[in-house]
Amino acid sequence: MRVTKSIALASAGLLLATSLAFAQSTEIRVGAPLEPPALDPTAGAAEAIDVVVYQNVFEGLTRIDQDGAVQPGLASEWTISDDGLTYRFTLHNGVTFHDGTSFDAEDVKFTFDRILADDSVNAQKALYEAISAITVIDPLTIEFKLSRPDGLFLFNIGRGDAVIVATESAANNGTDPIGTGPFAFVQWDRGSRVILEQYGPYWGEKPALTKATYVFIGDTTTMTNALLAGDIDGTYNFAAEALPIFQSNPQFKVVVGTTEGETILSTNNARPPFDKLAVRQAMAHAIDRQEIIDGATYGYGVPIGSHFAPHNPYYIDLTNTYPHDIEKAKALLAEAGYPDGFSATLKLPPVNYARASGQIIASEFAKVGIKLELINMEWAQWLEDVFANKDFDLTIISHVEPFDIGIYANPDYYFGYNNPEFQALNETLNATTDEAKRKELAQEMQTIIAKDAVNGYLFELAQTGVWNAKLEGMWQNAPVEGVVLRDIHWVE
Amino acid sequence: MWDLTPMTLYILRRVFGFIVTILIAAIVIFALLDLLPGDPARFILGINATPESVAALRLQMGLDDPAILRFGNWLLGMLRGDFGVSQTQKLPVADLIAARMAVTLPLTLFAMLVSMLVGLPLGILAAMYRGKPLDTVLMVIAQAGVAVPNFWFGMLLTLLFAVTLRWLPPGGFTPWDEDAAASLRGLVLPSLALALPQAAILARVMRTALVDVSTQDFIRTARAKGMTFGEAMWRHGVRNALLPVLTILGLQFAFLIAGTIIVENVFYLPGLGKLIYTAIMERDLVLVRSATIILVLVVSFTMLVVDLAYGLVDPRLRQRSA
Repeated sequence: MRVTKSIALASAGLLLATSLAFAQSTEIRVGAPLEPPALDPTAGAAEAIDVVVYQNVFEGLTRIDQDGAVQPGLASEWTISDDGLTYRFTLHNGVTFHDGTSFDAEDVKFTFDRILADDSVNAQKALYEAISAITVIDPLTIEFKLSRPDGLFLFNIGRGDAVIVATESAANNGTDPIGTGPFAFVQWDRGSRVILEQYGPYWGEKPALTKATYVFIGDTTTMTNALLAGDIDGTYNFAAEALPIFQSNPQFKVVVGTTEGETILSTNNARPPFDKLAVRQAMAHAIDRQEIIDGATYGYGVPIGSHFAPHNPYYIDLTNTYPHDIEKAKALLAEAGYPDGFSATLKLPPVNYARASGQIIASEFAKVGIKLELINMEWAQWLEDVFANKDFDLTIISHVEPFDIGIYANPDYYFGYNNPEFQALNETLNATTDEAKRKELAQEMQTIIAKDAVNGYLFELAQTGVWNAKLEGMWQNAPVEGVVLRDIHWVE
Repeated sequence: MWDLTPMTLYILRRVFGFIVTILIAAIVIFALLDLLPGDPARFILGINATPESVAALRLQMGLDDPAILRFGNWLLGMLRGDFGVSQTQKLPVADLIAARMAVTLPLTLFAMLVSMLVGLPLGILAAMYRGKPLDTVLMVIAQAGVAVPNFWFGMLLTLLFAVTLRWLPPGGFTPWDEDAAASLRGLVLPSLALALPQAAILARVMRTALVDVSTQDFIRTARAKGMTFGEAMWRHGVRNALLPVLTILGLQFAFLIAGTIIVENVFYLPGLGKLIYTAIMERDLVLVRSATIILVLVVSFTMLVVDLAYGLVDPRLRQRSA
């Protein structure tokens, strides 16, 4: 009798212990809409790669925080020469890769030599081409020489494209990623999930989570069900049309933040009639931004008047350069020689914001006599037709690179804008390290492209995460691509 | 001439047809994929890649060889059992497909099993009570079942059993070697979603076939010998009605194994349909064409087996001379 009773008590205690363990969970299941094709962030552009590995499995010399500021990463500190051409980094001691090999300056040199090599398949090689020499001073000190000053150098080496990889394992990172981060790669069930676990010997502060599983769910309705059924604990950027379900549910919280995605009506400036300034101005006047933001992003987008992120300190508000004015648009069209308007095509990539904005813009343009034919495309086709072959009139796309106004200085870029004045300003900006001067230059550049109405400037994409209400520490903003697990933890 | 029995000839003709089908399919698949717009290297590297990086990747992926050479290499490789290496995932296509089959094959088989267990008895029941209220009710339900898309049905199942009741997972798949019970639980809702519309079709076909058979002379003869209608149908009718049902089953198997794309997306299952869908989006040409030809092989082989099974069920096919 007594024995039975104590067994009962013991099992009750065990039950209690189990439920306590459940209450203080240290695991997370994150829903992601796309499965990465491979897991090496230095050999592919897919955002899905960074979502899983950036700052979790792999780290760079610097790291970007959730406000877009540069923080020390594998480099604990650095000095910059007065001419802005020499960067000397001091590396953390005692850092190991997940396969147990040690990290030192040779790995850093190997990483950047690999990015800059002739047969490099790095998606952002151009960002690092200012590097002219890399010298290992000692195992914990490395020096970079640049051929020209680069105000974004410290930011760029903190991106997923420049994470430090090891000589021994770099070739296999696509399938078996080995980095220095707080989480080590454990398992990838293709088509289904990737599992990461906390790396015990991590050099820095231990994260609260011990295990993270990324579950790949492409369909919005399915993701909604997975969240409601508790199969996943959150997702970092969910479709705006699904958010109302979670806003009214106390078990969830919707986290709204910024991204670097300038969504624009990209215009082929090299092709008539878009080579005429008056035509582009007419289109700018024909656009009703708020209508597009409400219709395509459920009000979450932030209006922009130029190609610059509103949360950036260099931003100036140019949304009133060409206010919505149908009569003005018609007058400008007549002035340009199109009193009855014209017909054009609008090629749309397979993303919701583009397809929805396209419908609205077509109806807005119809009011001033511009008839748009909407053509839906897959990504691969869009990249070839529109981006590589420049075979398009208009398209809608979000440019998600941080601080990417420099694309307007490249006359070969797909929208074909060629303005020597702007190009000269961009060169000056790149060579300037003084903050106040940089800000002034950047604002002048924003103003020029706004006045030239190079593209139709629509809105900055918002990041809208849905998470379990008991989770804290997720990034609100997305200054770079990634779902950084470092600070995420459960609270009661 | 060789001394061939009609049955051997029948088999030989079917096997020849099988091989020709595969060859034609291979040519069509290769040509279509080659004409598809979109550069896989550009897709992988995105819009900020330098032209040199894209060129380096194209070289690595072997995209610059002439089409006829790539087609020849592909066919020769397949004859040796080598289906190539996926361009985006860098793994052998055969391994990728084998891993996905561990989901799609059981899913298909469960769905077939459920659709037969539900569809055939209902079809027989409806035929037995032809013209009676039960028949009408069953056929209205079956009509609705045919009309309902399986993904929508899948969502309803998820809402009820996963979101509201929380009896079963809303989707996802636990690998068999990790927890087989969890794997099975994960397949319950998707196989039901796939099976019930199929069961509705089977029930209708079974009923129609039985009704057709019931007016045949041999049933009347059997009844004249003193059997009740039920006995006559059970002993002679059902077997003769199986022929059209067999055809539908073969088609359904082919449909299920190739047509699980949507259901696999609804239940985020790592199956074959999802693999092919993703590969098309990422322009992984090697993976798409090899996976597609494997599907063609499976479907053609199923049809071959069905054709040969006809020969067994229906002796007339064996005896008819070529």
